[in-house]
Amino acid sequence: MAAEAREILRPDLAIVADMVPTGARVLDLGCGTGELLAFLQSHKQVRGYGLDTDPDAITAGVARGVNVVEQNLDLGLNNFPDDSFDFVVMTEALQAVRYPAQLIDDMLRIGRECVVTFPNFGHWSCRAQLSLRGRMPVAHHLPHRWYDTPNIHLCTFADFEALCRDKNVSILERFVVDNRYRNRALINYAPNLFGTIAFYHLGRPS
Amino acid sequence: MPAQIPSDSVGLVTPERARFEAPFTVQSGQTLPEFELVYETYGELNAARSNAVLIYHALSGHHHAAGYSTMEDQKPGWWDTCIGPGKPLDTNRFFIVSLNNLGGCHGSTGPRSINPETGRVYGPDFPTITVRDWVRSQKLLMENLNIDRWAAVVGGSLGAMQAMQWAIDYPEQLGHAVLIAGAPKLSAQNIAFNEIARQAITTDPDYHGGRYLEAGSNPVRGLMLARMVGHVTYQSDHSWADKFGREIKSGDIERGQEVEFQVESYLHYQGRSFSQHFDANTYVLMTRALDYFDPAREFGDDLVAALRTTACDFMVTAFSTDWRFSPSRSKEIVDALIHAGKSVVSTVIDTPFGHDAFLLPVERYLDVFSAYMDRVARQEGLNNGR
Repeated sequence: MAAEAREILRPDLAIVADMVPTGARVLDLGCGTGELLAFLQSHKQVRGYGLDTDPDAITAGVARGVNVVEQNLDLGLNNFPDDSFDFVVMTEALQAVRYPAQLIDDMLRIGRECVVTFPNFGHWSCRAQLSLRGRMPVAHHLPHRWYDTPNIHLCTFADFEALCRDKNVSILERFVVDNRYRNRALINYAPNLFGTIAFYHLGRPS
Repeated sequence: MPAQIPSDSVGLVTPERARFEAPFTVQSGQTLPEFELVYETYGELNAARSNAVLIYHALSGHHHAAGYSTMEDQKPGWWDTCIGPGKPLDTNRFFIVSLNNLGGCHGSTGPRSINPETGRVYGPDFPTITVRDWVRSQKLLMENLNIDRWAAVVGGSLGAMQAMQWAIDYPEQLGHAVLIAGAPKLSAQNIAFNEIARQAITTDPDYHGGRYLEAGSNPVRGLMLARMVGHVTYQSDHSWADKFGREIKSGDIERGQEVEFQVESYLHYQGRSFSQHFDANTYVLMTRALDYFDPAREFGDDLVAALRTTACDFMVTAFSTDWRFSPSRSKEIVDALIHAGKSVVSTVIDTPFGHDAFLLPVERYLDVFSAYMDRVARQEGLNNGR
């Protein structure tokens, strides 16, 4: 299963797919072309919806047989009832939404568990660009320049964990990778310095 | 006339007729001793009889949705944009059924028909028909065609309401419901517009209390006004501006003499043409069916409970500048379906064309509609075609 996911899916989605239990009801926030849900539907008997606003991505998702609902995450998730999903997923969108903290609350209200992935602003290359050159970082995992970036809420892993502590959100699992989605010893030694993308598996406040 | 029939057209079509001789008691308690429905079909019914799709017309529509009735036709059917080989409702793989609703004025039994019990034209005595009555008559048509289940039911505007009602009333006999530019019930504003149209018709001296056929007249002015007010609500401010702006057709605006704006001339033309081919009593009947539609009502005004009874997959599409049934009305349906845990795809198509966009070749709309119909074909095991 895990090997198959890695062959078919974008590497970060394969990692997320492994975290989703078979048969779960899944809500995918910022589902893009529906790649993850299509895979989960055919390989893990998952049911659910994907939210996105990009017209071409939505059509691609519909063509894949995914239940895509056109909805802007910045307008909230009030239309989703409490406890209506087992798993809420948001890949690479946290840094681009307007109210990330409220969104995390909403995700854990709607689903019992969730997975959030985002790029690390605390990576050494970012730190170096800012501290040594005095410039806004541009990196493989953060490719946009300051004036054309969709990312309006960048944070480091340490920042995110501080938010989880403040909210009493349980971090059930953290998986940190480099640009090639590898998890190496050096990364686990100092994730906030050497990791570029983190996968946080979160649970409700204990 | 089409110089040559386009390759993506269903070609020349001939309407068919189904006759139902058992008495049909409608929701109001009144009974039609018998009735007929006129319909067209496009594409071929497969051997398993599993590729049938029912499409619904909107307020002023009829059964001629695609292709040409004669080589002299100026225009194809009203939904030719979406029906034909390679189009969203692809006749290479679907068998499309399109009917004129009961109470209509294009061949199905309606107010212009003779009541066999009195030998007189029904006129205003034709029973009040609800969306639910329509759906029940369509069920009889389905049985008449020896079809057990629709792969999909598809409709825009009032058609979306019928699709929703079918999904609620006959959940097991449906695979997918496609609801375009619909609403779960009319708003007060919607009803207000309908009432203006009805008043225009029924207060026209030529209406004769609905017995205009026997009086040898036709409430042309009332029908014109009804169509004009309706037409305004089907389009956006932008579409009017784009089509006509403040262009003047005739007269002198400096002196304010006998000025006719292009938009006025267009509305008059639309109204006149409508008054010549639409029946006043049918217009009253159909607007009332719209007004009364409210499937949540018998579920304690709980739309979620109403939709919980459905078993099909849904696609719900709205248009950004539609103010007749705005995107927020479609969202009510989508949110209720999500609450009910149903399978739903939902899109809001950005277009300047208002409510009428559902009839127009809007690229993104056709793309996502096609993508969804591909899914219908896949799920229903229809592998021929594309």
